[in-house]
Amino acid sequence: MILMILVMVGSSPQVDAEYADVVLNRLSEANDMRPVIFPHWFHRIRFRCKVCHHELGFEMRAGANQIDMGKIIDGQYCGMCHNGQIAWAVEECHLCHSGKPGLKTGIRGGSETAGPGRW
Amino acid sequence: MRYWRYILVVPLGLWFALLGAEPGWKSLAEDGLHDPLSPAIGILQEPESALSLLPPDSAGNRVSWIRALRERYIEPRTNIFPETKIEILDMDIIMDQTGELPLVMFPHKPHTEWLDCTNCHDRIFVKKVDANPINMFAILSGQYCGQCHGAVAFPLTECNRCHSVVRKTFTGKPGVQPKLTSSP
Repeated sequence: MILMILVMVGSSPQVDAEYADVVLNRLSEANDMRPVIFPHWFHRIRFRCKVCHHELGFEMRAGANQIDMGKIIDGQYCGMCHNGQIAWAVEECHLCHSGKPGLKTGIRGGSETAGPGRW
Repeated sequence: MRYWRYILVVPLGLWFALLGAEPGWKSLAEDGLHDPLSPAIGILQEPESALSLLPPDSAGNRVSWIRALRERYIEPRTNIFPETKIEILDMDIIMDQTGELPLVMFPHKPHTEWLDCTNCHDRIFVKKVDANPINMFAILSGQYCGQCHGAVAFPLTECNRCHSVVRKTFTGKPGVQPKLTSSP
């Protein structure tokens, strides 16, 4: 049992990220940009889940959305609001592309369960 | 007696306790995700400046998002397109296939205040009582309720928030509940 505890503590993943922060790095670093950090907490103060996950069509699984800057500039995904009218425009690259280099795409900050990303 | 489960549960409990020990919100520069050298640090809102003003909770973002909404600490938009239909459903479902744990009461109301019907139906759950083979193993691996709970909604350490109905004192029938009880 002690061994089990040691293994669990030793294998605890990063728990400092805010609960439900999402890292998007499918394309970012390959294109010399920092990974995107999407904070759920910031957005859910302003929008209900249904706005993005129903109206805007975001799948509820990190990595399941094939988002790229072309689509955002066309007004899809983040671009529905990040257009300089509801929220900052795409010219403010660094405000979204603010992550540490090397981060993997996924949902983070399971401050209680600290499980493997998705739970 | 099944002592084996304590061998599993006790160290798990300790693990969660250790992880949950640190209170408060990390600054963006120290959260392990944001690059402290990014020009966004200092411009982006810090979690503490927003979350410390909302009703507290012990888990997740340490915010009771349900209370924050009900008590109007926040008024998040329900839609962007004017034609989008906003539906709130006040219907409780009781699930009794929970082994020795208390029964699960699923309240549609707080879920539909945040989510659209199509977020769950029929993509995750069929709209029929007992038609969904929900179990904790699937939930812990991110299926069913675990698609949100443990990722963005309150985490899976909060057993009693779902397993909230004591079996012995429940005299009704499982499934859709008559509109007598109040939802949380």
